[in-house]
Amino acid sequence: MTLTYREACKQAIRDALLADPRCFVMGEDVGKYGGCYAVTKGLLEEFGPQRIVDTPLAENGFTGLGIGAALAGLRPIVEIMTCNFSLLALDQIMNNAATLPHMTGGQFAVPLVIRMATGGGRQLAAQHSHSLEGWYAHIPGLKVLAPGTVEDARWMLAAALADPNPVLIFEHIVLYNTEGELDPAVTAVDIRHAKVRRPGGDLSLVTYGNSLPKCLAAAETLAAEGVDAEVIDLRVLRPLDMATVIASVARTRRVVIVDEGWKSGSISAEIAARLAEDALYELDAPVRRVCSREVPVPYAAHLEEAVLPRVDEIVATARSLLAPR
Amino acid sequence: MKIHLNRAHLHALYRQMLRIRRFEAKCVELYQAQKIRGFLHLYDGEEAVAVGVMGALGPRDAVVATYREHGHALAHGVAMNAILAEMFGKLEGCCRGRGGSMHIFDRGRRFFGGNAIVGGGLPLAAGIALADQRLRPGAITACFFGEGAVGEGAFHETMNLATLWRLPLLFVCENNLYAMGVPLQDSESETDIWRKAQAYRMAAEQVDGMDPVQVEAAAQRAVEHVRAGKGPYFLECRTYRFRAHSMFDTQAYRTRDEIEGWKQRDPIGRLRAWMAGNHQLTVDEAAAIEATVAAEIEAAVAFAEAGTLEAIDDLERFVLMDEVVQEVAP
Repeated sequence: MTLTYREACKQAIRDALLADPRCFVMGEDVGKYGGCYAVTKGLLEEFGPQRIVDTPLAENGFTGLGIGAALAGLRPIVEIMTCNFSLLALDQIMNNAATLPHMTGGQFAVPLVIRMATGGGRQLAAQHSHSLEGWYAHIPGLKVLAPGTVEDARWMLAAALADPNPVLIFEHIVLYNTEGELDPAVTAVDIRHAKVRRPGGDLSLVTYGNSLPKCLAAAETLAAEGVDAEVIDLRVLRPLDMATVIASVARTRRVVIVDEGWKSGSISAEIAARLAEDALYELDAPVRRVCSREVPVPYAAHLEEAVLPRVDEIVATARSLLAPR
Repeated sequence: MKIHLNRAHLHALYRQMLRIRRFEAKCVELYQAQKIRGFLHLYDGEEAVAVGVMGALGPRDAVVATYREHGHALAHGVAMNAILAEMFGKLEGCCRGRGGSMHIFDRGRRFFGGNAIVGGGLPLAAGIALADQRLRPGAITACFFGEGAVGEGAFHETMNLATLWRLPLLFVCENNLYAMGVPLQDSESETDIWRKAQAYRMAAEQVDGMDPVQVEAAAQRAVEHVRAGKGPYFLECRTYRFRAHSMFDTQAYRTRDEIEGWKQRDPIGRLRAWMAGNHQLTVDEAAAIEATVAAEIEAAVAFAEAGTLEAIDDLERFVLMDEVVQEVAP
């Protein structure tokens, strides 16, 4: 069955609402408007205003309210329009959601899901286009998911809701319109493991989110040149599944990390550091990274394109690792 | 709404305030002895607020408090032993010694902290109230905060949401006139804090926070309103902190005369004098209450001293939870 990523997200939410009366969706314009990116369109009509709750523009307030509701027995799905806006809720996410279980000696769990749109590529400029999932992956107490496929968009939410911890799901704005095939035999995914999306023996492309289709495209180009690239989809940025990454690198001995976040202090930096710590002797070449240029994402199409990771850049970086020295 | 000012009730108010006052004095001693470390914020002078409000709450009701919360925790029934052991950093503390003075939590008592981000507890309280509205009809949440929190966006966002969704939420502003060292008139354009609630169409009143009987009467009016599903209620309690903000404060921002002036209105001293003058408290009874309180505190100190330290091997436990802990039954 073919499905868009957006429709997959919506079906996942619909399932959750049908499965658990404690579950509700809360956020800006999730109801009457149908969601900033139209993910919740039609759900207000189906489930009513108790389950699809429009909020005022108050990210810190309604995110904190979601945390309190989770502490006291509900299962909120909080939607934040874009991850740039989530900075207004950072106090609640970091100081309460991520902290309370540990700080209270395990007295309280925070079974909360926060969905937010992330990434660039739609010419939305510097306050709607950033990739902040790597920042959140810094914080103990959170789980951070980045669905890069329709299958993950369809099934990750259920796993997130079944988890007793605060789970942040970063949905890439460019992926919403993309279509993918859904295997009817798959009705659940885990949120613990990275996944090999394309096996290959010559080098590893380690990535997530909207950089996944770019890496798959780069792998096809490389294949035409006789280079067999393996593509690893991280899927979960915290906790990181380094075992899968290291197993791949141990086979291919070369790695390019592709991350739409900025390079400095990013999730790509973390992966590179862990490879240096735990897998240095598996490598036959230096770790390479393709990340966003370190500027606020600009509006003009040619500038935005120059900032975000590109397929040709990934291909060129891969080639540089394989070139005879 | 009438409070039955019988002898037993007056004694209960007095005993509860005295427990807090004597507990805080012991904390100072223990701090100086380096048994308690970190930041320590004491409640002396403000006891009538916590005791008066808790007097109007029941066991199904939730409480969210601030980092100056020993009094709230004691008045809401959190065990003194567990509070003091927490401040000693012991495993037997209510949070295994991980939270300390500013983070007292007790799931069983529905005591949700202990929040050290000014204003950070308000959205949480609204969420607990929303869950109660759906899962535990009739239960309400009392949220305590200082007037300093009123400057935070979280305050205004929560006030708006509370009225919009008619949340069963009692806002209790402990207006002690100083946000750390900033006087009220230097931090707020409207110094009658209760008037801010009017902008959110919320029932509100100002009450003398130095008088437990008046606080309790106002809290009972408020609780009745909230429990009846009429939406949130806002109490501004005018009060005063007798001691420094924390253990690191030279109090350069206020005068000794001002502090002494407020001490004339000490809620504990005044209640004791009133009861004694109206044949509600004999000298023997007062001594007996003191003795009971002292015994409880000595037992708590012994409990905390005897406590053990959490194994460092358990440091990462509860960073992520394995399961949702059993919630308090509806």
